[in-house]
Amino acid sequence: MRVLSIKRGRRYDVKKYILKRVLISIMTLLAITLVLFILLQLMPGSPFNDEKLTATQKAALNAKYGLDQPLVVQFGKYVYNMFRGSFGVSYNISKNTPISQLIQSRLPISIAVGGMAVALGAVFGLVLGIIAALKHNTFWDTLCTIISVLGVSIPSYVFALGLSYTFGFKLSWLPMLYSANSPIASTVMPSIALSLFTLASVARFTRTEMLEVLDSDYMLLAESKGIYGGQLIVRHALRNSLIPIVTVLAPLIVDLMTGSLVVEKIFSIPGVGSLLVTAIQSNDYNVVIALSFIYSAMYIGIMLVVDILYGIIDPRIRLAKEGEN
Amino acid sequence: MENIVREKVLEMRDLSISFLSSNARVNAIRAVNLDLFRGETLAIVGESGSGKSVTMKAAMGILAKNSVVNGGIINFTYTRGEKEKVTVDLLKLSKKEMRKHINGRRIAMIFQDPMTSLDPTMSVGKQIMEGMIWHYGTPKKEAYEKALDLLREVGIDNPEKRIKQYPHQLSGGMRQRVVIAIALACDPELLICDEPTTALDVTIQAKIIELIQRVQRERGISVIYITHDLGIVAKVADYVNVMYAGKIVEKGTVQEIYFDPRHPYTWGLLSAMPDLDTDDSRLYTIPGSPPNLKNEIQGDAFAPRNIYALKIDERAEPPMFKISDTHYASTWLLDPRAPKVEMPEELKNRIARMKKEGLQQ
Amino acid sequence: MFKQKNKRPLTAEGPDFNAKVREFLPDDFTLRGDAEATRIDTNFASQNYWLEVRSRFFGNKGSVISLMLVIIICALAAFGPMMTNYTYSEQNLAQKNFAPRVPGIESLGIFDGDENLRTTTGTKVVNGYEEKELTDVFYWFGSDTLGRDIWTRVWEGTRISLGIALCAAIIDMIIGMSYGLISGYFGGRVDDIMSRIAEIINGIPRLVIVTLLMLVLPRGFVTIVFALMITEWIGMSRIARAEMLKLKEQEFVLASRTLGAKHFFIIFREVLPNIIGQIITQLMFSIPTAIFTEAFLSFVGLGIPVPMCSLGSLISDAFNSFTTHPYQIIPPILVLALLMLCFNMLADGLREAFDPKLKEM
Repeated sequence: MRVLSIKRGRRYDVKKYILKRVLISIMTLLAITLVLFILLQLMPGSPFNDEKLTATQKAALNAKYGLDQPLVVQFGKYVYNMFRGSFGVSYNISKNTPISQLIQSRLPISIAVGGMAVALGAVFGLVLGIIAALKHNTFWDTLCTIISVLGVSIPSYVFALGLSYTFGFKLSWLPMLYSANSPIASTVMPSIALSLFTLASVARFTRTEMLEVLDSDYMLLAESKGIYGGQLIVRHALRNSLIPIVTVLAPLIVDLMTGSLVVEKIFSIPGVGSLLVTAIQSNDYNVVIALSFIYSAMYIGIMLVVDILYGIIDPRIRLAKEGEN
Repeated sequence: MENIVREKVLEMRDLSISFLSSNARVNAIRAVNLDLFRGETLAIVGESGSGKSVTMKAAMGILAKNSVVNGGIINFTYTRGEKEKVTVDLLKLSKKEMRKHINGRRIAMIFQDPMTSLDPTMSVGKQIMEGMIWHYGTPKKEAYEKALDLLREVGIDNPEKRIKQYPHQLSGGMRQRVVIAIALACDPELLICDEPTTALDVTIQAKIIELIQRVQRERGISVIYITHDLGIVAKVADYVNVMYAGKIVEKGTVQEIYFDPRHPYTWGLLSAMPDLDTDDSRLYTIPGSPPNLKNEIQGDAFAPRNIYALKIDERAEPPMFKISDTHYASTWLLDPRAPKVEMPEELKNRIARMKKEGLQQ
Repeated sequence: MFKQKNKRPLTAEGPDFNAKVREFLPDDFTLRGDAEATRIDTNFASQNYWLEVRSRFFGNKGSVISLMLVIIICALAAFGPMMTNYTYSEQNLAQKNFAPRVPGIESLGIFDGDENLRTTTGTKVVNGYEEKELTDVFYWFGSDTLGRDIWTRVWEGTRISLGIALCAAIIDMIIGMSYGLISGYFGGRVDDIMSRIAEIINGIPRLVIVTLLMLVLPRGFVTIVFALMITEWIGMSRIARAEMLKLKEQEFVLASRTLGAKHFFIIFREVLPNIIGQIITQLMFSIPTAIFTEAFLSFVGLGIPVPMCSLGSLISDAFNSFTTHPYQIIPPILVLALLMLCFNMLADGLREAFDPKLKEM
């Protein structure tokens, strides 16, 4: 097998890697769509339940919407629709409104809050983790550990409630509920609450990675070459520790989605998360399924990007071994 | 005629180093005295944990964070500019001074495992060039050319291709050559090799050793080998220091150590080296294990494992007894009052065999 | 045989005398004579693995405190509801929204039934007990908007939350462990397929699966456990598989196979006991995840059906009045946070205990 890779050269491995990842992603998304489709079939009642219809009228409607076709055909159509973004209409939240319309206005807000949270969490988490590793076994290290453990253990909505109460209620520094008049101010607390889990996880992970790297032989060799200070830390230590962090970020972003549901509810942010909560609570299945699809697609997309990024950044994956001497 | 006064490159006196861990203080090095002269090869031999690496790491200023130098001096003499000789106590330099002036520039070190010694995210060429650019501010193009030369010097074919590759794309032997190239990049005067061949295949080992010897000859540098492999020592060393439990127990020229060892530990080491003519049905090992250096050592550290131990070994540490101008051993057996103890029979026979072979060559 | 080099004189060394030895005893220079003493290894008495693990675990202060807290909370969950004479679903609308009042402590000025209410005219102190002239009624954590005792509900809720979490964690441990072990053991195609399936399932966000399941299936304890379990097992299977891959090639497996052991025997009786440490650690980690997910589901409205309560549903209920009656939301949040914190620290401590990373030396 090694002979093959020499013959085809080093590009072979990268392309193969990316292709493999993309294929798996598509397969996963299809699998999810299948699951969603099956669930849709299992949902109690048909779409035309609460209308007063006669049997013939129902049959006519069924024919019109293709609901009498074999399941496989329906599934095909379904997949096509989903990927196109036409999700059907909502039944309970807002009668007959196309779901895509409902989502359109809300998605940017959620992404804004979520994006802020990721950025905050990643940046501060990195910084904290790096400092903790450099100052191993000192005050900073202990602080980092405490923050990490707290941030990872305490759910984001607890933080959200705490922040809301302290800064919103008691101190009135920041608005407790989202208002379109001050979009930035009202996203501060939610973003912070959401970011804490990311911050803690990133800090912990960075610290562990860096400690391991700082202990390694190539750091020792670099020092014995006479390298010290910035060049040592940044070029050698950081460069090696940061590569794996990319892999940790993906699941964290997903957890953000979960957290965002509750945080949006607490702060009354008109985002995708609170839409989902409302849909769940009012049994609007179509909306739930549509949102599930979107979440899944986002998640899979992010994982794919991260996987590819990782393959590109780490030269060990990027370039294959070529031969013995 | 050999009447040239050899100049001393490295001199260690009374070096004492401990490690502080959360619950104990481990005395890794307890009063080490060592000398190295220009152009010569010194081998430091001993078991794992005897302190050989620590001694040299102290000279490089790369000891672990929890280590503490209790005392001693390390005098290093180097050439500044064209001719000026400077002697400095390495232990008195700050870390920054060590990195700027000594590490890489005057003393270079190569480590045991080339797989982990090289930065996996940096191309081979860049790692070689890094030192030059860092210390001398060499312009990139010049550094690149020099790196190519170095790769050729250490015996790597097709250097233009290799210089851009990453460590994981090279084999073990090639990686170690790269490590040597990195060490030589800034033209050091002293090269320390910490078990350079332990992690390599046997066939490659010989090549690497020869490479180091050739480089040493061509550049006129002094070399210190840290190793537990007596086979390598026989091949490369001029002088041998045997270390045990943080102290040097015997030192001498390579002939003296191999043909006329005086310390029971050295006897043990030599006996444990199997060779093709060994008659014995059993392999010899030194019984017991090295002492736990957390505890204060009373008397001779080797005494518990020494079947030739004297009663005084348990109370008092033996001084360095002089056997010849170049041969010293630290054992009470050399005291005039001690009983006459000879090395074990098998070892005697083996040495006789070795001498005969030597004469026949 | 050896390179013949010049013998250069070593600088004469001063007497290295151990200063303690001032005089010699008459029998100092006689052989100690007990050759057998050298054969005993005194240094590293091997310890039982589990004893070592235990001592490491209990040496870690964080782990011990966490363990104690967990035990306390569990005890309270078991016995708490019995300590008052209220039941968790008993409503008393006349006594709703009372602040916490504990007999005995109330004379100290806290927990005496007072609460600060912000009204449009300013803050005023309200005491529900005094208003209704109830001197013998105590709600240790206060009462909620429907007049139910919060103390009882909190501990009932903890029971349920813990119950769900434990069931889910254990089931998913069994499933995940078996899946990972089998996948890793058989390798090849089996492993490939099994890993792909796991990867695809992992690709679906947990949130989505759980939400959808909760929508379709009837509410209840079993459903939640089922929903939790479906997503958690993958983490466990990954660890089991990684460990299996590590151990598969070891000699004890080979030995067992040559003795004729069947596959499942090897998997479950040979390899599994060796990785039990990792498994337990992962189990401990999955408990807080389960608690969190359940709480989240309840908060969103998909959790335990009324009138049963879990920590999440309590938080959800109390959320609406958390600005007016903050005391209602504090106990469940505290218990939830503490539980998650302690289990995480416990798991961390266990991981350190089973596989200590020796960063010193």
